[in-house]
Amino acid sequence: MARIIVVTSGKGGVGKTTTSAAVSMGLAKKGHKTAVIDFDVGLRNLDLIMGCERRVVYDFVNVINGEATLNQALIRDKHCDNLYILPASQTRDKDSLSLEGVGKILDELSKTFDYIVCDSPAGIEKGAHLAMYFADDAFVVTNPEVSSVRDSDRMLGLLASKSRRAELNEEPIKEYLILSRYSPDRVKLGEMLSVNDVQEILSLHLLGVTPESKSVLNASNSGTPVILDEKSDAGQAYADIVARYLGEEKPHRFIDEKKGLFGKLFGGK
Amino acid sequence: MNLLDYFRSTRTSTAAVAKERLQILVAHERSSRNQPSYLPQLQKELLEVIKKYIHVDQEAISFNFEQDDHQETLELNIVLPDLSHKKN
Repeated sequence: MARIIVVTSGKGGVGKTTTSAAVSMGLAKKGHKTAVIDFDVGLRNLDLIMGCERRVVYDFVNVINGEATLNQALIRDKHCDNLYILPASQTRDKDSLSLEGVGKILDELSKTFDYIVCDSPAGIEKGAHLAMYFADDAFVVTNPEVSSVRDSDRMLGLLASKSRRAELNEEPIKEYLILSRYSPDRVKLGEMLSVNDVQEILSLHLLGVTPESKSVLNASNSGTPVILDEKSDAGQAYADIVARYLGEEKPHRFIDEKKGLFGKLFGGK
Repeated sequence: MNLLDYFRSTRTSTAAVAKERLQILVAHERSSRNQPSYLPQLQKELLEVIKKYIHVDQEAISFNFEQDDHQETLELNIVLPDLSHKKN
C-alpha cells in the first residue's frame, strides 16, 4: 500500500514542481519505489524538470481514458530505477481528469509503489483538488512572502475539509511545511518573514527550509532534479527534507545567515 | 551593538509589518472558513422577513457568526428606527 504525498501551495511559482522532482528522486534514491504524477493538465512541466520531456508518449489522461495502460505511460527515470514519472496531458481540457479516474490510477499504483508524489497545479481548481483529494500527507510549499503564506493557509483549510480523509472522517492528512526560497541575510535585515514567523502564522510542522539558490535554476536548465546536485545548498536541503520525512533526525540548516570570511575564521561553531 | 544595528533598530522592519498583517488576515479568514455554508442564504432570508415588519435600512442590521470550542453563536443585531419622529 503506497503512501500518497501531495505537494501543494495554492500560489504559483513557489517551488512545487522543483520540490516534487527533488522529493520523489530523494525517496527513490533511498530505495523506495516511487511514482511522481503531474496534475497540471494543460501546463505540463514536471517532465521538463525531470529531464524526460522527449520520452513522453502517453500521459495521465490517456490512461484515464483507457487509451494506454499505466505501464505504457509511466516513464522510468534515467538516474534512478526506482523512480517513475507520469506526465500530465498537454493538449486536453482540464475536465478530462475525473475523481473516479484518478482514484483508479492511484489504486493501481498503490499495489506496486511505496510512495506516490502528486505535483499539484497552482490555484484551487479541479486539478489542485484532485491532486490533494486522495493524499495521506501534504507538503505545503511556502515562500516567506505575504501572498504565499496566505494562500498556504487557504490550502490548509481545503486539505482539512475537501479531501477524502476529511469526507470519510478518517485521520486527517498529515501536513508539513517546506519553506522555500529562504534568504537568512534578508531575514536578519528585517526584510523577510523568518521561519519562526511563518510557523507561528501557519502552525505547521516544519519539514525543512530550502535556501534561495542558484543551483535550482541550473538544475532545471539541465533537467536534473536539484537533489542530485549533492554539493549545492538546495540539493542538501532537499536531501535533509527527505531524510526527515522518513523519520531521521536532522538538525535544520540554511536558517542562519552565511558567515563572511571573518565570521568563518573567528565565529566558531 | 555596532553601527549597522543602530540604524536597523530605528526603522520598523517590513517583515514585522508583514507578520502583523498576516496574523490579522489569517485569523479573519479562518473564522469565516468555519461558517456553515447556509449562512449567506439564511442571512438574506432573515433580512427579507425583518423588512416585511420593520422599515429599516440594510445598514441597520448586522449579522455575526462566532465560534469557539464550546458553542456557535449567531448574533443578529437590528437597530430599530427612531419612533419619536413618527409621532410628529
